[in-house]
Amino acid sequence: MRMRTIEISVGAFVAAAIVAMVFLAVRVSGVSFGAEQETYKLKARFDEVAGLRRRARVSIAGVNVGRVADIHVDIAYGEAIVTLEIDGKPGELSIDTGAKILTEGILGARYIGLLPGADEEMLEAGDTISETQGALVLENLIGDFVTRMGAS
Amino acid sequence: MDQDSLIEISGLRFSRGDRVIFDGIDMAIPRGQISAIMGPSGTGKTTLLRIIGGEVKPDAGEVLVGGYDVCRLSRGELFELRKDIGMLFQSSALFTDMSVFENVAFPLREHTELEESAIRDLVLMKLNAVGLRGARDLMPSELSGGMARRVALARAIALDPALIMYDEPFTGQDPIAMGVLLSLIRRMSQALEITSLLVSHDIHETVSIADNIFLLADGKLIAHGDPQSLREHPAQDVQQFMHGEPDGPVPFHYPSDDYMFDVLGNSV
Amino acid sequence: MTRDYLRRLGIAGLTGFSNLGRATVLWARAMWGLPRWADVGLLTRQMYQVGVQSIMIIVLSAFAIGAVLSLQFYTQLANFGAQDSVGVGLALVLLRELGPVVTGLLFAGRAGSAITAEIGLMKTTEQLSSMAMMGVDPLHRVLAPRLWAGMISLPLLTLIFNAIAIFGGVVVGVHWLGADEGSFWSGMQNAVDIWNDFGKGMIKALVFGVLVSWIAVFQGYDAEPTAAGISAATTRTVVLSSIAILATDFVLTLGMYGNFGS
Repeated sequence: MRMRTIEISVGAFVAAAIVAMVFLAVRVSGVSFGAEQETYKLKARFDEVAGLRRRARVSIAGVNVGRVADIHVDIAYGEAIVTLEIDGKPGELSIDTGAKILTEGILGARYIGLLPGADEEMLEAGDTISETQGALVLENLIGDFVTRMGAS
Repeated sequence: MDQDSLIEISGLRFSRGDRVIFDGIDMAIPRGQISAIMGPSGTGKTTLLRIIGGEVKPDAGEVLVGGYDVCRLSRGELFELRKDIGMLFQSSALFTDMSVFENVAFPLREHTELEESAIRDLVLMKLNAVGLRGARDLMPSELSGGMARRVALARAIALDPALIMYDEPFTGQDPIAMGVLLSLIRRMSQALEITSLLVSHDIHETVSIADNIFLLADGKLIAHGDPQSLREHPAQDVQQFMHGEPDGPVPFHYPSDDYMFDVLGNSV
Repeated sequence: MTRDYLRRLGIAGLTGFSNLGRATVLWARAMWGLPRWADVGLLTRQMYQVGVQSIMIIVLSAFAIGAVLSLQFYTQLANFGAQDSVGVGLALVLLRELGPVVTGLLFAGRAGSAITAEIGLMKTTEQLSSMAMMGVDPLHRVLAPRLWAGMISLPLLTLIFNAIAIFGGVVVGVHWLGADEGSFWSGMQNAVDIWNDFGKGMIKALVFGVLVSWIAVFQGYDAEPTAAGISAATTRTVVLSSIAILATDFVLTLGMYGNFGS
């Protein structure tokens, strides 16, 4: 009898820990199990991605539509290649869609904002977005400003 | 040593730190009899049992138990040998988290593949032998000292060992419990043909039960023989111990300065 | 004077090394050849003693720590108008550092000391010797299940600690102070990486579990078999475990996050 209470409470202990693990994985780390969410990948080349991290959100008009899957560097061109994972099926974003690296608030995290274009032709999975605007780097802005002041 | 002996010890030396406990001991414990190791407190009698059980390694010498040298056995072989040895500890050493029944069943469960019903029969048989069949569901904390020792005895004989070692079995027992233990030890030895080795400094009880007595003092074996011959032993130190005289070769006083000088100091 | 001091220092150092050596040998010998199926019952019992019995203190502390962290983050972040990032700070601090470390410290105090006292008492009352004399190795029968139970229980307790602490943070940050619940969770989910934050934190918990149970078992087994000896060993378990956890945590953090890459 006593042994059974012990077994049951140890079982409950392990079960509670598993529930906690699932909670931490799904609700806290944002991993989605099972839910077969369809996604496809796009690429975008940026001249500057400072502050952008993997898993940063990708949004259209402030609404999440995907996330950053990977960030690579193309040393020859001095550019960053960002792989975007977009929810849903390809065929909704036109080929002249633009991508911009934005910041949430003043100190917030970097994310990518997409601006759909008007072309008839649509982006297919694996295509590269060409209309991009990289991250603003404060030092470069100040540098520009100072040179211009000096020139005028 | 012409008789058949179960344990043979030769040239045993052991020291703890700077203190020499055994300084060359030779003895042979005969099979099937009750032997007692006696001596003043602190002569390492318990240590001797632990050496025989292979728990403590001596500095030098040979300890043969049933023909095996316990000092040279591997850990696995030693544990194998110990299944044939029962030991009754001074504190009884019952497992406090198990009932009396489970305590006695412990060696059976660990070392045999018996069915639960067979284990139950054996445990009840052993408990019956020590008169505690009715106490099987008690926990060790509910037992008196004498009962705990009897349970420990039942546990020690669970596997029908060839040798039982008793470490100070009589200390702290009331007269009745003592009488029960004495008759139990005698019965175990006669009925089951078990070799018994007991360590004690209770002369009366030991003399009444033992076939042989080995007397240790100052790291040496000073006398051995049957109780009668030891009582009539000519040596003074043997006499002092056997008759419990307060002063003699073992002085009453711990080594000290002259009493007068110590008390009155420099004022004299 | 100086020579005497140096001599004592040398002796202390050698004693330390010899203790470490013996503890390592003990650990290796106890873990050798395990687990066997017959030991599942023993392990369950120890999981109860070590794990289940610690849940209460873990849950209460976790809730309190989560609540107070949330309060601090909220008041500080509100200065920058970033109070919606409470969830991010809370989750990262808990998963990476506080979860494993605080659970480890509480575990050392609750379960580690109990293990030491129990084994020390078994040694003092000759239960370990009598077991050995019955041909049952106390290293396998008594020490090993406690080592395994500690190793398994601490990560499980850390999971529970983290979940409850985040819950405490939600109660204070969202329901009481009024941070936006949507961005609380989404900010958390965007910032927390399953491996880099959650996984590495659990590795820490596993390491601490090994350390605490190792220290507790060795101190009990090595305790001087007297009442004073057991109490000294119990104190040593808590002190050494705490130092070991904090020092190891620093080393692990350095190794895991030291290059500050993502």
